[in-house]
Amino acid sequence: MASIDTAVPPGEDPAPYHEEVADPRRRDFINIAAVAFAGVGAGVVVLPLVNQMNPSADVLAQATTEIDLSKIAAGQAIKTSFRKQPLFVRNLTPAEIAAADAVPLSELRDPQSLEERTKGKKNWLITMGVCTHLGCVPLGAGEGENKGPFGGYFCPCHGSAYDTAARIRKGPAPTNLVVPDYAFSSDTTVTVG
Amino acid sequence: MSFPWAKQYQPQNSLMKWVDERLPVPRLVYNAVGAGYPVPRNLNYFWNFGVLAGAALGIQIITGIVLAMHYAANGAIAFDSVEHIMRDVNAGWLLRYAHANGASMFFIVVYLHIFRGLYYGSYKAPREMVWLLGVVIFLLMMATAFMGYVLPWGQMSFWGAQVITGFFSAIPGVGETIRVWLLGGYAPDDAALNRFFSLHYLLPFVIAGVIILHIWALHIPGSNNPTGVEVKGEQDTVPFHPYYTAKDGFGLGIFLIVFAVLLFFYPNYLGHPDNYIPANPLSTPAHIVPEWYFWPFYAILRAFTVDFILPAKLWGVLAMFGSILLLFFLPWLDSSPVRSNNYRPKARIAFWVLVADVLILGYCGGSAADPVYVILSQICGAYYFAHFLIILPMISRSERPTPLPNSITEAVLAKHGGTSPAHTALTPAASS
Repeated sequence: MASIDTAVPPGEDPAPYHEEVADPRRRDFINIAAVAFAGVGAGVVVLPLVNQMNPSADVLAQATTEIDLSKIAAGQAIKTSFRKQPLFVRNLTPAEIAAADAVPLSELRDPQSLEERTKGKKNWLITMGVCTHLGCVPLGAGEGENKGPFGGYFCPCHGSAYDTAARIRKGPAPTNLVVPDYAFSSDTTVTVG
Repeated sequence: MSFPWAKQYQPQNSLMKWVDERLPVPRLVYNAVGAGYPVPRNLNYFWNFGVLAGAALGIQIITGIVLAMHYAANGAIAFDSVEHIMRDVNAGWLLRYAHANGASMFFIVVYLHIFRGLYYGSYKAPREMVWLLGVVIFLLMMATAFMGYVLPWGQMSFWGAQVITGFFSAIPGVGETIRVWLLGGYAPDDAALNRFFSLHYLLPFVIAGVIILHIWALHIPGSNNPTGVEVKGEQDTVPFHPYYTAKDGFGLGIFLIVFAVLLFFYPNYLGHPDNYIPANPLSTPAHIVPEWYFWPFYAILRAFTVDFILPAKLWGVLAMFGSILLLFFLPWLDSSPVRSNNYRPKARIAFWVLVADVLILGYCGGSAADPVYVILSQICGAYYFAHFLIILPMISRSERPTPLPNSITEAVLAKHGGTSPAHTALTPAASS
């Protein structure tokens, strides 16, 4: 049966209608090339649509926070914020430093010494106030808050307990409280981020 | 519904067969835009514009959803949030320019689609419902575009909202009450901005719904074609896929090239600089005009300068809405049984005069309200109505059309230098 596209209109040169005998046909090649080109184009178009959901320039610009340490006495802690998240800054007492140093690393879920978690000044413990379990704010930085069984921080959501180096000791959280990038810009000021 | 020779969907494997027996979506697609939809074999490139309009709507919905993730519909920060999109959001400039110019591209292809329908008589029986739904889509598009233009909350946005809602104050008696109700205040402010944002997000999906009805109504008689002669047999059609998927795909490529040129090289060409000035309720821009796609209607609005029984303001608003609502009656105003203007020598001339008339109206609408342009708008506005209400009905009755081909196939073959009675509809069996 002659279909529409193989029928030769009367009075026309039949040659073009019978040329496609090679394998692959010219038409197949054009088809694959066109669809592949369109596919790559569609893929590229998706990139900005995905990228627009990443933090925008103004959000990234919030990335540094200055902290004045001069008002924080030994044994005190403050809550401030870094990238719209709570940040704990704690001035450890010598007893708390000793308690942290006394724990053998082999007992820890996420082994890290207090030395590694501070920057030269062992009494300044600066961590994110975000429980590594599911993101609640642990207690312990504010005056009179429950510091938990290990004297550091205690998360009321699911009972994760952190020690005086903010290391996870008990409960469901997998890792220690995160120490952000920071540097001492002077003896009493810290730049976080 | 389709022609009896339409191919039936055959699932290629047992999984597709399983799906087809439970939720025949693949079958629906196959019958709508696949090999199961037979289409006249002689469609020219003017038949691309329906698909292109669909693509433009898709682009608007995707970029719009993304922009809504960053936009804030509050008079105090709306303008800043748009600048935030332009400067801070990753690829935000691209997405916003794509959305703003995408609206223009949408109107360009829709206007070509409408004029295609006018030239080839696609609005005539049995396709009146396709045309009526198309006019509904056009009205929804205009409302959506207007409300979208208000959202950046620049000077043109604000004064556009003021002027357009001012139309309703022309209604005698209750006009001012309606205007205040629409705005939720005495002037455009947070209430108006929020409701416009809500509706601007809603209406595109309503448009998508009406498009489904538009295509559904189209697929009952099948597509019109450049001869306007109905399909008479299988030899007059080819399957939509691959023939018109390929042709529409090519057209889509051209569309995207034009769109890309506009987007990447002239992103503000069709916009107004005044809209980069934050909205100021105490200062109207010196030269206030709508976006280009409203210019012809804006010219008709401004053409009425004298009170005649009714106030001029009311005449202007009535005429502007009337110029679009008139299109709802077109299928019955043009009583000629011949669809395509290719075979209607007088109607063809009238068609091109109408095209010129609308272009001149557009030019007048985009210009300042000088007396020259007002007079030109009055002449062209009057002609616009005369075309549909007087000229076209009269031509339909008096014109002698040139001979129509017996079938689409005969017309196609005549173009290629031969006719074969064996291939025409008079003897359909001979073709297979």
